[in-house]
Amino acid sequence: MANPIEQFKIQPLVPLEIGGVNISFTNSALMMVAALCLITAFLTLSVRGRALVPGRWQSMAEVFYEFVANMVRDNVGQEGRKYFPFIFALFMFVLFGNLLGMIPYGFAFTSHIIVTFALAALVFVGVTIIGFSRHGLHYLRMFFPHGAPLATAVILVPIELISYLSRPFSLGVRLFANMTVGHIILKVVGGFVVALGVFGIVPMAFLGGVTVLEFGIALLQAYVFTILSCIYLHDAIHMH
Amino acid sequence: MTDETKESRSLEKLGERLRAARDREKVETGRAEQRAGGPNSGAGLGLRIAIELVAGIVVGVAIGFTLDRWLGSRPWFMVVFLFLGAAAGMMNVYRAAKGIDASVGLGAAQRRHDQDRKNGT
Repeated sequence: MANPIEQFKIQPLVPLEIGGVNISFTNSALMMVAALCLITAFLTLSVRGRALVPGRWQSMAEVFYEFVANMVRDNVGQEGRKYFPFIFALFMFVLFGNLLGMIPYGFAFTSHIIVTFALAALVFVGVTIIGFSRHGLHYLRMFFPHGAPLATAVILVPIELISYLSRPFSLGVRLFANMTVGHIILKVVGGFVVALGVFGIVPMAFLGGVTVLEFGIALLQAYVFTILSCIYLHDAIHMH
Repeated sequence: MTDETKESRSLEKLGERLRAARDREKVETGRAEQRAGGPNSGAGLGLRIAIELVAGIVVGVAIGFTLDRWLGSRPWFMVVFLFLGAAAGMMNVYRAAKGIDASVGLGAAQRRHDQDRKNGT
């Protein structure tokens, strides 16, 4: 049976090294570029007609746009509108990253924790900067729950601080874990199909179901990642 | 000519109806925070709780380890922050499980997520 972890291996396609730092163009980077090209092509080509009554492709692009626009409006509010481009880009990038991994021989760059953690850290740092620039030092009040006795601050503030700092970690790990686990299951069950011969029809049927489920998870996790970013943004803008 | 005016009029009418429907929707769902919490269930919540629990501890230990390296007081900060991290993880798990207190955001997130799934949007 093939090693189920091997599919996540990073292979340098164009070895590059500048100043002792390895910046090779890898299969992961290739898929990221592919995702960017596909998103750009999909969004620009589909709305090229600018029809009042959209065709098939244009309405697909509009569905994505309206989905994210509604998400921002519902979860962040009117002030969130100016952050829409970033949220939309984040959603499309994660979504296409997840879906490109579902293509046979493809590579899901979201199944690497460093990629998801970098995206989560970007959201976290951005949201923290927005919070401080909007509220100044008042933003630090967030770390002390409203109405608690002042004497408990010694223990509550570190706990709230750790809880705040664990956001990018849990945000990144959630996406990474879902994608990695799904791909490992597909690979392991795929190994059973070959090993069992004629009876391989049973895991084969199971594999069909899991593949459909994986497409669902690819969509759902892109949604969860984006909506959590929206909610963090809401917290930073409005502060409870 | 008449066709064109008819078309534009029907479009206007459609626009009006859309606006009215959106206003109605806004009244119904405008206060997203005050929506009733749906039942939190499923593997998604289980995974979230597991991650939340681990995330708190890992971040706590990481902070403690960094402080120790910086101040050379190994292992005291790590011990203290291990427990603080565990407490933070527990708190996040409680918030996620109960779907309360939106200040960290996860409870409200789960609630809205369940609500949206129930509404089929």
